[in-house]
Amino acid sequence: MTNYSYTLFIPLIPLAMFLLIGLTGHKFKPIVSGLAGTLGLTIAAFLSYITAIRYFFIEGAVDGTYPMIKAASTIWLRFTDTLHIDLGVLIDPISVMMLVVITTVSLMVHLYSLGYMKGERGFARFYSFLSLFSFSMLGLVLATNIFQMYIFWELVGVSSFLLIGFYYEKPSAVAASKKAFIVTRFADLGFLIGILMLSFTTDTFDFKTLTSLDGPIITSTAGASFMGLSVITWSLIFIFIGGAGKSAMFPLHIWLPDAMEGPTPVSALIHAATMVVAGVYLVARLFPAYAIAAPDALHVVGYVGGFTSLFAAVIAITQIDIKRVLAFSTMSQIGYMMMSLGVSGYGDHEGLGYMASMFHLFTHAMFKALLFLGAGAIIHAVHSNNMTDMGGLRKYMPITHITFLIACLTIAGIPPLSGFWSKDEILAAALHHNPILFGIGFGVAGLTAFYMFRLYYNIFWGTDRHYHHTPHEAPAIMTIPLLFLAVASVFSGFLPFSHMVTSDGKPFEAHTDMMVAIPSVVIALIGITIATVMYKKPSTLPDKVAGSIKGLYKASLNKFWFDEIYLFVTKRIIFAYISRPIAWFDRHVVDATMNLVGWTVTTTSNKIKGLQSGQLQQYAMVFVYGVVILTLLFVYLISK
Amino acid sequence: MMTEGIPLEYFLIVSTLMFFIGIFGFLTRKNLITMLMSIELILNSVNINFVAFNSYLFPHQMQGQFFSLIIIAVAAAEAAVAIAIIINIYRNFRSIETDKVDEMKY
Repeated sequence: MTNYSYTLFIPLIPLAMFLLIGLTGHKFKPIVSGLAGTLGLTIAAFLSYITAIRYFFIEGAVDGTYPMIKAASTIWLRFTDTLHIDLGVLIDPISVMMLVVITTVSLMVHLYSLGYMKGERGFARFYSFLSLFSFSMLGLVLATNIFQMYIFWELVGVSSFLLIGFYYEKPSAVAASKKAFIVTRFADLGFLIGILMLSFTTDTFDFKTLTSLDGPIITSTAGASFMGLSVITWSLIFIFIGGAGKSAMFPLHIWLPDAMEGPTPVSALIHAATMVVAGVYLVARLFPAYAIAAPDALHVVGYVGGFTSLFAAVIAITQIDIKRVLAFSTMSQIGYMMMSLGVSGYGDHEGLGYMASMFHLFTHAMFKALLFLGAGAIIHAVHSNNMTDMGGLRKYMPITHITFLIACLTIAGIPPLSGFWSKDEILAAALHHNPILFGIGFGVAGLTAFYMFRLYYNIFWGTDRHYHHTPHEAPAIMTIPLLFLAVASVFSGFLPFSHMVTSDGKPFEAHTDMMVAIPSVVIALIGITIATVMYKKPSTLPDKVAGSIKGLYKASLNKFWFDEIYLFVTKRIIFAYISRPIAWFDRHVVDATMNLVGWTVTTTSNKIKGLQSGQLQQYAMVFVYGVVILTLLFVYLISK
Repeated sequence: MMTEGIPLEYFLIVSTLMFFIGIFGFLTRKNLITMLMSIELILNSVNINFVAFNSYLFPHQMQGQFFSLIIIAVAAAEAAVAIAIIINIYRNFRSIETDKVDEMKY
């Protein structure tokens, strides 16, 4: 067993940078804060790469299985001898993979922001929050137990809140940050209930115990049940609600599009590559429990994921704001990952869906971060989020154009780019287990190709718009991360994921299934072709198509009115019929009781304050009377 | 013994008279100095009680006598403090009449 205790520093360095920049950032020039944050992340990324190389390639599988190693652990809060909250570092295939994803994307975003955020007010604040987020996210993936994960889960929620509301003078940003926080907090309530139920049943928080095949979770499936499902199933469904909130799964997705109010690098880091996949990671972390003890909960995961992926893809088609298109695309792709987990079994080739989900998580992080950073470069040049203000940009921004095109091809699933490999595995797993979900996934693949190329053509082709000044290519500090991520998007598909990240830790051979690969490429090409016909040159075709399916078009444009439904439910029903009566009760009953107590005391004191006359001899008189009475009483009692 | 032939009751009558004269003075006089003098009367009546009871009931013990001595010492200290307070009151109010000094009322 090798010593991995240095991995403790991977989250701690960003924490130190957060404290350093947060406390002293205002004393230096802004660029110092930026460089300090970037340096800290560079070290963390370097340590992560070393860990990944050591774990996967130098140490490799022990007896054919990748081990789950507790690199560090300390008891933080003890309830009973078996039930205690620990803080520690857990090293296993998915946590190592997530380390690489998080530190890579975070480092790229740190570098990119040096250019993107240049001259912004609160530059140091931005970097301190980025470091806080990196710390929280790394702590989340390295958590040894579900409660530690919950703690960091809330921390990423807070950092996300802070960064969405970065432009706190903009009312829309403030509203978006509140919305994101409240919606995810609401989902986290489900997570907490799930944790409590799970730990009550199994008497442990520890992931290693929870996921071991002879552990309490597998053996305690029998016992109490509610509505035909066991307690374990219910608790895992509740935990999934928490995951669904963070990962913007239907119907808790409403916060993610609004979260695009934050600075674009933040969207790339938090709302595309890392934080939003925390829900997927959570399910993957507890995967043996889901797959063996609660297949019903896993079906919920699969169907919610599949539905979200279709739902979000349909909305993405009509959106005008380029960041919102990408946000819905993110939802759709995360739905893909969830669906893939939902159709996976446990162990060996059965666990193809699990492996595919993690694979897609990895490749998606790279190309979606690339898309967002590219969108950031475009917004930086055009000063607008709307694709109606863009067109013909390929001449002005060649590097952004090429990298964006690569990312679009990757997400569309064109071989040999990375998106093809991971998507192909997902579809193969779905076909094997659940034809309905395969159908959804297959359709979404075509929609994805279509809306991504609609976006691409609207930005880079078509007619030039009237720009305030000629758009120019972003500075090198911004294009270098783009190029790096483009390279990662192209080549990360060749990683032998089935040899590294599997449901039971045992490597297996995954083959590309031509029966799946060929149709999925064909439908992607069809999507691209339709987009090319409709959007490459200005034409009236899009309007005609929109006119012919007016109802659907309007529903999609308005995101199926989900924001309005939520507003109606909260404002018209919950506020009016629950909150107001409670507020009335509080004001007129609870407060009134308290006021009555206060009023009684005041009135009584006013009545008797005359006794306090200030006349010394009056007091003495009372005193003498008292003595006389006491004496008489005393004498009376003695004589009796 | 000097007290031979004098019954204990006589002493007690004197001390009771002194005690109530003291109480009366304390309650009726407005002047702080007079009130202080009344307190001295009360204390001395108590002293007489102590000494009388001591010599009549326990002639071979001295506790009562010593108690009186302690009371005298405390009374002296108390008088010093009281007069200091009275002087300060006079400086602040230009008067030592108790009914004029009623700042501490509600």
